[in-house]
Amino acid sequence: MALPFAFFALFFAYPVASIVGRGLKDGGQWQLGRIGAVLTDPDVLHVLWFTFWQAAASTGLTLLIALPGAYVFARFDFPGKQLLRALVAVPFVLPTVVVGSAFLALVGRGGLLDDLWGVRLDTSVWAILLAHVFFNYAVVVRTVGGLWGQLDPRQEEAARVLGAGRFAAWRRVTLPALGPAVAAAALMVFLFTFTSFGVVQILGGPTFSTLEVEIYRQTADFLDLPTAAVLTLIQFTAVLGLLALHAWTVRRRESALKLVDPAQTARRPHGRGQWALLWTTLVVIVLLLVLPLAVLVERSFAGTDGYGPVFYETLQSAATADSTFAVAPLDALWNSLAFGAVATVIALVVGGLAAAALTRRGGRLVRGFDALLMLPLGVSAVTVGFGFLITLDRPPFDLRSSWWLVPLAQALVGVPFVVRTMLPVLRAVDGRLREAAAVLGASPWRVWREVDLPLVRRALLVAAGFAFAVSLGEFGATVFIARPDHPTLPVAVARLLGRAGELNYGQAMALSTILMVVCAGALLALERIRTDHSGEF
Amino acid sequence: MSTTSRITVTAVAAAVGMTALAACGSSDGGSTDAKTVTLVSHDSFAVSKSVLAGFEKESGYQVKVVQSGDAGKAVNQAILSKGNPQGDVFFGIDNTLLSRGLKEDLFSPYKAQGLDNVPAELQLDKDRHRVTPLDYGDTCVNYDRAYFAQHKITPPETFDDLIKPEYKNLLVTENSATSSPGLAFQLGTIAKYGENGWQEYWKKLKANGVEVVNGWEQAYNERFSGSAAGKGKGDKPLVVSYASSPPVEVLGKKPEPKEAPTGVATGTCFRQIEFGGLLKGAKNEKGGKALLDFLLSKKFQEDVPLQMFVNPARTDAKVPALFTKYGATIDKPATVAPETITKNREQWIKQWSSLVLK
Repeated sequence: MALPFAFFALFFAYPVASIVGRGLKDGGQWQLGRIGAVLTDPDVLHVLWFTFWQAAASTGLTLLIALPGAYVFARFDFPGKQLLRALVAVPFVLPTVVVGSAFLALVGRGGLLDDLWGVRLDTSVWAILLAHVFFNYAVVVRTVGGLWGQLDPRQEEAARVLGAGRFAAWRRVTLPALGPAVAAAALMVFLFTFTSFGVVQILGGPTFSTLEVEIYRQTADFLDLPTAAVLTLIQFTAVLGLLALHAWTVRRRESALKLVDPAQTARRPHGRGQWALLWTTLVVIVLLLVLPLAVLVERSFAGTDGYGPVFYETLQSAATADSTFAVAPLDALWNSLAFGAVATVIALVVGGLAAAALTRRGGRLVRGFDALLMLPLGVSAVTVGFGFLITLDRPPFDLRSSWWLVPLAQALVGVPFVVRTMLPVLRAVDGRLREAAAVLGASPWRVWREVDLPLVRRALLVAAGFAFAVSLGEFGATVFIARPDHPTLPVAVARLLGRAGELNYGQAMALSTILMVVCAGALLALERIRTDHSGEF
Repeated sequence: MSTTSRITVTAVAAAVGMTALAACGSSDGGSTDAKTVTLVSHDSFAVSKSVLAGFEKESGYQVKVVQSGDAGKAVNQAILSKGNPQGDVFFGIDNTLLSRGLKEDLFSPYKAQGLDNVPAELQLDKDRHRVTPLDYGDTCVNYDRAYFAQHKITPPETFDDLIKPEYKNLLVTENSATSSPGLAFQLGTIAKYGENGWQEYWKKLKANGVEVVNGWEQAYNERFSGSAAGKGKGDKPLVVSYASSPPVEVLGKKPEPKEAPTGVATGTCFRQIEFGGLLKGAKNEKGGKALLDFLLSKKFQEDVPLQMFVNPARTDAKVPALFTKYGATIDKPATVAPETITKNREQWIKQWSSLVLK
């Protein structure tokens, strides 16, 4: 527990506290009056209200649309399942700059919906909500579906045999077992949408603003640190409240589960109802997730003289071009992969140790730490980035222009994923197995290695996949960290998008497509590893 | 643990180790030695590799470029790390941010070589030389030539034109609060109609159907019908963009067209001048001075147009044919004194937001 604690103290708590402190402490005096002034500003209250309700609505909508999907992925076997499961996670890891514009091409003016039915959703709150579903679909499918696939269907069958109706059996057997996973997924979706930035900026138009957008503007554009500090504190309070609520609901529902190999639980759908469910899910996925991505790919090939790989070719020639602006795609890819790999290892070590510690020990302090680990998801990237700038500026931690800062910042976002994915599974491991091993003379390390690890390896790989994919697509913190010239793919894409001309735009789409393919590839590779070893369960 | 998974774990560990090593190898090491000089800038900074290599060879310094965010963010980061800067020279503080930087005392005075070739109106700190003008560019309304030819309307030229009924619902601009060209356009109207008259102008512009989006990328790539990126699907033939956007539209086109597909309304321009300066507390002050001299040298100045699509500050720097042929020369751009901008910036943006967005 010491390592994760030190990691968070140094790379999160200290920088964030410093930047907030600098805002609240003007000229050596604590300016607490600012809190009242900001809190009573009607504009701020309006932003606060909108932030809350759009997050709640987005979470509800995501659960509604994605829970059937989680079921389909957990219980049905169908051709192309692995590919599809990797594909649905792609939006989640793509930078919002890119996906936002692709999404706009669908629901915006002149988009597909507009052409077909004259429906325009841009600058309406629906565009924001749908985009949030688009981004977070995978969170629900993977966290809930992962556990669902491992629940022993025989328990539900037993309930049916004993006379329970189909719904009653599901409600009394499956739902309680799934509870923690659903709550974890809902919490993550809520956190993501609560702190939504790019989606609101691009799709919502200038009339919508979330707390995160305000913090960003006050910090990065106006350098109004006092106001930003108060807003950060409000966001902190809201996030902490949520986490407390989450911890409370989870603790009431937790129980040890009997987990089985998901390959045994998934079967081909039979009966009209199951086929209908499968097809509905597939249609939803195609409409909501695949179509925007397809628009992106289409644009990367659409040159002035018809379709062709012209943007990819010019990207490649950029490698030898005589300009520091041009980023060779392979270099950007390599930077992204290298940063992503380092960030994943940091996130796995820190998150894994934290999750293990949280499973073993109880008590208020530990639970507080659990909440603390989730906080980076609720804190603006600009706060962290600027915090790094003013704190990690002296030896031995003068990391400001070191490449380490990028993976560290990315790992901060990755750790919560690791913890949240590992924790439900680790807690579901029957404690008696560990006790039995200990009684038989195994050391704690050996118990962990031979009891816990085999049972949680799936979760570990899922966690690693998420952490890696998140670092690949991470844009916010990366762009605020002054880095020597090693742009990652998302940073290179944003740079290209910021310039006029067909060539730059096309190249941005081509780079995004490459990013998408790499993400999908990484996720697909993880799917493979998962099934290769599942026989051991 | 099975053999296969052990192999997996070993492979992953090895891959990570190698990655880490490779990343170490490619990082630039410490910046404290006297042979390295560090340039801090925003994400739009670019230079020809050969030009930069020429400087490195002549001066014996290694140049490390540290970039983050857009111009506003880069300046704010420099303010936050005042006294212990991230590098030696800062490139890219413009006249809308200048007096904030000067008030925060970010720069040490240094008169760069070649300043005599820079016109006086660009030298906004000519008494103390804390900052050196390095380039300038104009933010102007761009128009789609095809649209106006097809509808047989003359494209607008001035701010006054934009509120005429024939241009109703044609203009898309950017949110002043989130976009630098958006703010520049607002400042242009403030320069034109005065601190008391600009709100009246915007009321008329709003009545004439101006549309506001958050970023330049959306306005130009998605909404503007003249940009090639939007494949002509945009619905607005007028957009707030840069005077250099038409040349960029032509870039890489074969064969070269007779004129750019888009034009510039020359009476709607606001001028932004970018400055560089020696950061206070620079670890390599000598190298920083040499770097500033280089940034104002003819070689770098002539490299500027095609790298960053702005005009060189030096009058004797040659501008490429692409700019002279397809670009517009702006004779009387609007300007607002930097001190006035810093003083009113936040208030103006707030007033603009409640006027235009609500």
